[in-house]
Amino acid sequence: MIEGAAMQPVISLRNLRKSFGALEVLKGISLDAHKGDVIAILGSSGSGKSTMLRCINMLEIPTAGEVVVTGESVKLKKQGDGLAIADRRQIDGIRARAAMVFQSFNLWSHMTILENLVEAPIHVQRRPRAECIAEAMALLEKVGIADKRDAYPAHLSGGQQQRAAIARALAMHPQVMLFDEPTSALDPERVGEVLAVMRALANEGRTMLLVTHEIAFARDVATRVVFLHEGLIEEDGPADEVFRNPKSERFRKFISNTQHR
Amino acid sequence: MDPRFVYDSFVQLLAGVPLTLELTAFAFALGLLLAVLIALMQISGLRILRIPAGAYVFAIRGTPLLVQIFLIYYGLGQFRPTLQSLGLWQFFREAYWCGILALSLNSAAYGSEVLRGGLQSVSKREIEAGRACGMSGLLLYRRIILPLALRQSLPAYGNELILMVKATSLVSIITMMEVTGIAARLISETYRPVEVFIAAGTIYLIINFLLTRAVSMLDWWLTPHLRGMSTIGKAEQAK
Ligand SMILES: Nc1ncnc2c1ncn2[C@@H]1O[C@H](COP(=O)(O)OP(=O)(O)O)[C@@H](O)[C@H]1O
Ligand SMILES: [Mg+2]
Repeated sequence: MIEGAAMQPVISLRNLRKSFGALEVLKGISLDAHKGDVIAILGSSGSGKSTMLRCINMLEIPTAGEVVVTGESVKLKKQGDGLAIADRRQIDGIRARAAMVFQSFNLWSHMTILENLVEAPIHVQRRPRAECIAEAMALLEKVGIADKRDAYPAHLSGGQQQRAAIARALAMHPQVMLFDEPTSALDPERVGEVLAVMRALANEGRTMLLVTHEIAFARDVATRVVFLHEGLIEEDGPADEVFRNPKSERFRKFISNTQHR
Repeated sequence: MDPRFVYDSFVQLLAGVPLTLELTAFAFALGLLLAVLIALMQISGLRILRIPAGAYVFAIRGTPLLVQIFLIYYGLGQFRPTLQSLGLWQFFREAYWCGILALSLNSAAYGSEVLRGGLQSVSKREIEAGRACGMSGLLLYRRIILPLALRQSLPAYGNELILMVKATSLVSIITMMEVTGIAARLISETYRPVEVFIAAGTIYLIINFLLTRAVSMLDWWLTPHLRGMSTIGKAEQAK
């Protein structure tokens, strides 16, 4: 039993499809993420990376296919020619287990950094307040912005805001973390501090799915690379292998283009 | 004009201030509750909620408050049997409650438009972050959407409060002895309208000056996250 649970993927996407009206953005994606995997999701703009990530925590509802998070299949029901959420509470639970970090941080502007961190643990997970605060302080320490606990997001730099957003995600004790281009909105000189935090998380053995344009970081930190092209997985394999010896011509081009920029 | 008489009138009119403030507070609070409801109906995206809310706002904004006061005060009498059976008659036969009802209904219509703007200004990204953390429904509204929308609406809604203070003067017409009601009585006794109205106007001016200050203090206290930012910064933040 225990062994079975350990082998079970943290996230499993089965033939996932998503259309926006007539535009089919995901055309059948299947992917398993196991505990400790750091999966870099690469692909040119518009290839469906964000949509795929957002289908995992149901910020977008797939049109067809199945999403399994920590062994629990997301309950969807038929509606029109697509799917709809069948169990609201299940989705809320799954979202806390698969925490998301956004490109533009999306911190709550009316709350201090500390309040941002304890909000979901206290009000969604209903954990004791004192425990949440102590833990949030430790997380802020970890991402290096403990001195900003009482500041408001607007008074922080982009890099500090993103580190706060990562700490907010961690505060929910997620099983897996979803990053959607976490450094794309940052000034170049602020990218390093956020990547350093993410590298530390990867080294702790956290399960992470990471959409990024930082090829060097992906090559260095990811255990596995998935390359999306027009809504399909075009290349998928261990990071060192796919970069050394890409199977698809498109991926070969993609990495040489991005590296020469 | 006799300054002495202006002063005497002023002192006499002060007796009406408690009622003016009471009407304002009551009607403002009820109006705010109703305004939240109507604004939520307006942005719900559901036709069965949006259309009645829109019609309500249209009807109230398109007719004078005085006409609404008359309609409620004299008109509701026609429904006396129904109201009696509902146990509401002891309310609506009193000018006091009719006045409060008319003022709240009126304030709700204007206030809901202010709140609707506030609700629409809440950043989609902050809402999405709430969803991504497992918030939905009431919790999302209570913790994220309403606090942001109300803070955004506060300066404009403060204006609503000032309008309410002035609007209470209209219920003097249905026998309420608030500041304007007492003024009307004084005039009928003395035939010196100019002095009395100068005194009455001064009282409203003082009340509104104090309320304006109170609202901006509340705004300052509720928006530490916008402090030290230029107006452009605030506009950016609101996106
Ligand atoms: N909510 C939406 N409505 C309509 N089209 C969308 C929506 N979200 C994404 N798309 C479209 O889906 C495609 C893939 O988008 P996205 O997943 O954001 O790509 P990527 O993250 O790889 O750049 C794009 O063509 C985009 O315009
Ligand atoms: Mg994207």
